[in-house]
Amino acid sequence: MAPHDQPQVAVVAFGQSDHLRTTDELSEVEMLMPVLHEVLAATGLKTSDIGFTCSGSSDYLAGRAFSFTMALDGVGAWPPISESHVETDGAWALYEAWVKLRTGEADTALVYSYGKSSPGSVRDVLTRQLDPYYVAPLWPDSVALAALQAQALIDAGETDEPALAAVASRSRTAAATNPHAQLRGAVEQGEYAVRPLRTGDCPPVGDGAAAVVLATGNRARELCERPAWIRGIDHRIEAHGLGVRDLTDSPSTRLAAERAGLFERPVDTAELHAPFTSQEVVLRRALRLADDVTVNPSGGALAANPMMAAGLIRIGEAAARIHRGASDRAVAHATSGPCLQQNLVAVLEGEARA
Amino acid sequence: MTSVPSPEVLRAPLVVEFPFTRSLGPVQSAFLTGLRERTVLGVRTGDGRTLVPPVEYDPVTAEEIRDLVEVATTGTVTTWAWNHAPRRGQPLDTPFAWVLVRLDGADTALLHALDVPGPDAVRTGMRVRVRWAAERVGAITDIACFEAYDGEAAEPGSAPHTGVFDDPVTGIVAAARLDYTYSPGRAQSAYINALSERRTVGERCPSCRKVYVPPRGACPTCGVATAERVEVGPRGTVTTYCIVNIKAKNLDIEVPYVYAHIALDGADLALHARIAGIPYDEVRMGLRVEPVWTEGGRYPDHYRPTGEPDADYDTYKELV
Ligand SMILES: [Zn+2]
Repeated sequence: MAPHDQPQVAVVAFGQSDHLRTTDELSEVEMLMPVLHEVLAATGLKTSDIGFTCSGSSDYLAGRAFSFTMALDGVGAWPPISESHVETDGAWALYEAWVKLRTGEADTALVYSYGKSSPGSVRDVLTRQLDPYYVAPLWPDSVALAALQAQALIDAGETDEPALAAVASRSRTAAATNPHAQLRGAVEQGEYAVRPLRTGDCPPVGDGAAAVVLATGNRARELCERPAWIRGIDHRIEAHGLGVRDLTDSPSTRLAAERAGLFERPVDTAELHAPFTSQEVVLRRALRLADDVTVNPSGGALAANPMMAAGLIRIGEAAARIHRGASDRAVAHATSGPCLQQNLVAVLEGEARA
Repeated sequence: MTSVPSPEVLRAPLVVEFPFTRSLGPVQSAFLTGLRERTVLGVRTGDGRTLVPPVEYDPVTAEEIRDLVEVATTGTVTTWAWNHAPRRGQPLDTPFAWVLVRLDGADTALLHALDVPGPDAVRTGMRVRVRWAAERVGAITDIACFEAYDGEAAEPGSAPHTGVFDDPVTGIVAAARLDYTYSPGRAQSAYINALSERRTVGERCPSCRKVYVPPRGACPTCGVATAERVEVGPRGTVTTYCIVNIKAKNLDIEVPYVYAHIALDGADLALHARIAGIPYDEVRMGLRVEPVWTEGGRYPDHYRPTGEPDADYDTYKELV
């Protein structure tokens, strides 16, 4: 199929759980199921109507092998469905579903992701994604690695501690109107976690889930009053050696954005997956965001950072703004790995309103 | 159906430990063996840059690279972060700085720890040198940490090296341990709590009416929450089985023994358990069994024959 014959794909529904520090009383599937029901109800679709299902999660958060298979119970996987899973953020599951829909093999897809950080220590758990030969044996935790990047930015004159505090404050103030967020309103910048990052520069650790429904062409128009069309989506990766990279820049984000068509026309909204305040500084530059772009009106990952779902939530939040007419053209970004190692960029648009 | 209040949420420590055993390629082997011999090696890329630590493929061109060079054990901090509360497994157990260090002769930086008294003693651009571990085995931790160094580059700067050492290190064991507090959630907590009272409870799907045991909180067919608690068993029927001939580590059961799927009376899903109280070669599909609890046990130790006539195949064929 030539690219111009490939069906256009839109986000037609988005749902997320309340993001909480702990959800001991709920298993993963119990946490996820209400979110799945929310997006199915919003579209009127039943499980059996969905052409393709794709999920994102990580066994390392749960401490159990094949933990995602239990969550499948919440989907209604019997009789067998067409299903796939990525062991990373659900934004990449959405990418896989987008490819599936572009090939014409399905016209609807359910994408979901979830993560419970509460059972373990996520700072330590995330060390297991690092280079096992040279880096992981030193157990540098996720906050420490982000702090190295923050210091590099400060040294380069790209930011300073008050500017980082302003990012934290703006994000959590924006989250005051987000009922799902974990940290809302004024939050103390606090003590240093790993200097130069203070606790206020770091995301909350919590549990949560998200889901979206994708649909193609006229199917999308039937299911949603104003579909959020995915005009472009791409993901790129940096060299894995931290000392090989210029930590003040994110060329992979810029390349993904270029391939997704971001630079063709301005956007009005950006949902950036920047778990640390300093990472927003890097992303704003890489995406060349103008000052009048509304950045993270949801509060972003500084207000709620459920591992494996926070990236998918950025796409969902951007789409939801298009659904309700608050945005016409938005960029959503998701990241994974230390210091913005892997980056996904999606450009979403609503059709012109009468 | 019994109406039961929300059960006490169960929690238990869960430790995941794994000694990952990894083989090394020629470049990593030379680098880690070099550390054992107090020698730091980098690798030269096609465009003439020296990468330390070295990799086998150029991160830009993906070209295979093998030209090793020896760099100095002194270098410059390119960025840092002050870690006032070291965590388990980190290089130092007193407060230290994480640093990326570009060794003299290298074009890229190595992540490690810097031992200095406080954050005021660190800055980007400061000069440092390797402090070697007393005992070295061929691992990144053979560099104990970096320390402040007020001087010029220690030789050599960037000299070709064969990478050949006596008794090269060809693999590493990367020990990992993660600690969790596992909580099984509402449905499974209820199941486990009931078992300790020698009862077996499942949950009925509100849509298809099937009873799942153990319950997981959702019907995998309908994708809806299950909440209606149903007591099943205690007796059941063997739907299928296997004979285990290999003794598992730390398992105090003589082989051969039988592991079976058992459809408890009233359940629409078979669970699995060990069968005892009957010679292993007399276990059969349709055998009627009941649970046996040991003194103080929180779950059935095994199932044994009830002595009833075998169940008719038609009564359990949907559950095989
Ligand atoms: Zn059902």
